[in-house]
Amino acid sequence: MDLFSLTLHEIRDMMRNGEISSKEVLDSVYGRIEAVEDKIEAYLTLTKDYAYEAAESIDKRRLKGEKLGDLAGIPMAVKDNISTKGIKTTCASKMLENYIPPFDAHVFEKLKEAGAILVGKTNLDEFAMGCSTETSAFKITKNPWDLERVPGGSSGGSAAAVAADEAYFAIGSDTGGSMRQPASLCGVIGFKPTYGAISRYGLVAFASSFDQIGTFAKDVEDCAIILNYLYGYDEKDTTSLPIEFGDFKEALNKDIKGMKIGLPKEYYDKGIDGEVKEMILDGVKVLERLGAHVEEISLPYAKYAVPVYYIISSSEASSNLARFDGVRYGYRAKEYKDLEELYVNSRSQGFGSEVKFRIMLGTYSLSSKCYDTHYNRALKVRRLIKQELEEAFVKYDILITPTYPTIASKIGEKSEDLVAMYMSDICTVTANIAGIPAMSIPCGFSKGLPVGMQIMSKAMGEADIIKAAHAFEKNTNYYKNKPTL
Amino acid sequence: MNYETIIGLEVHAELSTKTKAFCSCKNEFGGEVNTNCCPICMGYPGALPVLNKKVVEYAVRAGLALNCHISLFSKTDRKNYFYPDLPKAYQISQFDLPLCRDGRIKIEIDGQDKHIGITRIHIEEDAGKLLHGTESEDYSLVDFNRSGVPLIEIVSEPDLRSPLEARLYLEKLKGILEYLEISDCKMQEGSLRCDANISIRPVGQKSFGIKTEIKNMNSMKALQRALEYEEERHRRILSQGGTIIQETRRWDEAKGITVSMRTKEQADDYRNFPEPDLVPIVLDKEWIESIRKDLPELPDDKRKRFVKEFGIPEYDASILTLTKELSNFFEECAKGHKNPKAVSNWVMGEVLRIMKEEDIELKDLNIKPQSLGRLIDLVDEGVLSSTGAKQVFEEMYKTGEEPEVLVDRLGLKQISDEDAIAELVKKVVDENQKTVEDYKRGKTNALGYLVGQCMKASKGKANPQLINKMLRDLLS
Repeated sequence: MDLFSLTLHEIRDMMRNGEISSKEVLDSVYGRIEAVEDKIEAYLTLTKDYAYEAAESIDKRRLKGEKLGDLAGIPMAVKDNISTKGIKTTCASKMLENYIPPFDAHVFEKLKEAGAILVGKTNLDEFAMGCSTETSAFKITKNPWDLERVPGGSSGGSAAAVAADEAYFAIGSDTGGSMRQPASLCGVIGFKPTYGAISRYGLVAFASSFDQIGTFAKDVEDCAIILNYLYGYDEKDTTSLPIEFGDFKEALNKDIKGMKIGLPKEYYDKGIDGEVKEMILDGVKVLERLGAHVEEISLPYAKYAVPVYYIISSSEASSNLARFDGVRYGYRAKEYKDLEELYVNSRSQGFGSEVKFRIMLGTYSLSSKCYDTHYNRALKVRRLIKQELEEAFVKYDILITPTYPTIASKIGEKSEDLVAMYMSDICTVTANIAGIPAMSIPCGFSKGLPVGMQIMSKAMGEADIIKAAHAFEKNTNYYKNKPTL
Repeated sequence: MNYETIIGLEVHAELSTKTKAFCSCKNEFGGEVNTNCCPICMGYPGALPVLNKKVVEYAVRAGLALNCHISLFSKTDRKNYFYPDLPKAYQISQFDLPLCRDGRIKIEIDGQDKHIGITRIHIEEDAGKLLHGTESEDYSLVDFNRSGVPLIEIVSEPDLRSPLEARLYLEKLKGILEYLEISDCKMQEGSLRCDANISIRPVGQKSFGIKTEIKNMNSMKALQRALEYEEERHRRILSQGGTIIQETRRWDEAKGITVSMRTKEQADDYRNFPEPDLVPIVLDKEWIESIRKDLPELPDDKRKRFVKEFGIPEYDASILTLTKELSNFFEECAKGHKNPKAVSNWVMGEVLRIMKEEDIELKDLNIKPQSLGRLIDLVDEGVLSSTGAKQVFEEMYKTGEEPEVLVDRLGLKQISDEDAIAELVKKVVDENQKTVEDYKRGKTNALGYLVGQCMKASKGKANPQLINKMLRDLLS
């Protein structure tokens, strides 16, 4: 039995029982990384010295008889757009290639306090913009199920690391599906919380009103455990919610009899791969057999979700990324004649084409000429989409959709057709637009590649998602399948 | 053709909160460069702003004092532009939903009250400061100590009709902000900054002319001079059949002219949009009322009270209440004083003169109001002549000593002893029989000569009123 292939809660129990030490667990994970990382390329930075120091301290504390929490001594990965004090945080951009933050993101601080051990920082699409991790300025992460395919994105490195057993869990961020989509393509759990449930302090902003930190996990129980440590109000982020969510473990092992599930038909429309659709519907049948009531519903505004998402998120991004100007930190062009050139050259050379495309789209949408027809109209439609969902959640506890219209594509395959690529975000962006929680959970395989089912609930309804997901998992066990590496 | 001038002012006041607008860095003027800054006010990736509640409170205080409507719901927005002193490349400000709107200020022009509308007051953050190398040093440095310092921007309606009105408005506004103790209001240091929009139109025309915006006016005098210059420039252009170009111009204080900075076509598109990192500002009516209740006495109320309480003329009261410091100085001096009008004369005369001549603040005057009160008493009691008193005042400023001590040291004590003066008068009368005859024959100005002789004999120390009286008595 390889330690690295176990789940977080299994490892936790073994450490608690004194069967293994945190150092041994870490040895196993780094051994795994050594064995497969050349193929996967999930990590941008490995933090071995740091990790062993942390593991040693956890082992000492445990030996002293200190009662430690669930995450104590658990190796984890963190997406490289989440600030880690003293450790490079590059956002997979040449712009921040050598940037070392002077402070920790709130979540990282909490995870460290809980004793989780950072193994390394994972690859992503540059500044989290993309859905294949191919826009990273540094490396192309491979899908552990097929090394010729993308892991999805933008949190592709985090998803691949968990799928390849290179970490027990991984933290990522989700702006339009950046956790759920790679989770779906890599066959792991990806959870995007209610907007404001987890502090964004220290997350390098892409689109502030959509960005949400979340986690990848090997199974639903792990997911519930991790969320317990991440959630909570943070005075440093005024958009975080001053609400107690309670213990998510209480949502495990619950009967789902009578649970009301809506299937919004717009998400099962053309564009969704036939086999993928079938798998989701099979998954829904599992829940139905367990006593849930399933109904097809209609969400007519859903078709506007992608343009709304791209206009607002790009607008916010154009402003959020303006600070990377070569003046204080980050990339600065070597040659420039004046201030204007310092800006233009640094930004032209420092950003990749996807990022530049979004900055241009956003700058255009916010320009006085287009503000009303683009940005402001998108805000209005955003409100309508939100309302429509709120109404749906009066009748239904959860909504189930595919996470992504297809299985993972070949590396380089899709990047040519931007609009087609953007349109495939259709299933995931709604949750970000409305600020509601959503999870992608493995629900089968198509052509040997994982397919994810998306479960959404109303804002702060995470317990319902976990309840349904756990019931589903216990009756399917897709998570037990592992890629051969 | 007769033209009418239209002016509106945009005033920025730095709020004197203890900490900055969106982080807990100290809000301090001066200080070593880049010591009061942190990842938030330096725009580090991932850092988020948190609105300082005191900033809202100070802005509401200003809004209430300027008779504004306070919005129960407002929000912050981003104003996007690139400049090295702006670390996030956007300024957090308020765009379409300002904290306060629809207020007014009363100014007095030619003895008439005039209300100047306040369009809006909103909160925003200041930028850092660029420190440029000299010509041989080809670089600039940025000091972020000021980055994120809270500001309020107070925008007036285009209700001002002359450069003088603009100045009176700004003086009044400055006084109110000082009374509220929410800003230092130092134009030289930049804690109070003023931009002006000016246009002219033929008298009787309803629509506005093309305006220019004037920046970089660092004193009240500069504001008035710049606007007078600009007003004249507009007149000259229009009367020669030309057209005004809508543009932003900079006041060049040394040359006494305005110079073009950028035209409307070159103006930035700031791409304002709601700040997604901050939640809307939602205020509670009761909280606003509690701030209203705690507002200090404002200049207009104080002026009325001074007239009533101290019996001084309206004019005096309006000057004395211009700044909070001066009004407090006067009040401390006049309270319980037998002669408040004399106190008023002294404060408006000597005190303001010395402040202006020495270019100092009242707190640097070195003279306690009680000491000035006693100096005035000495004059009233006849111990000091008014010329002597001015000498003593000058010494008080220089040495910080008390008036009684200085009167003795300078030997300025007036002779008011009736016996001594009687002797003096008798002697002068005896020695000037011819003039006495003249006086008795009706040549009244002869008396003045005799008084002068008495003063001369006393080496200027005798009380002239007393001499006058005794001479009359003796010669009648």
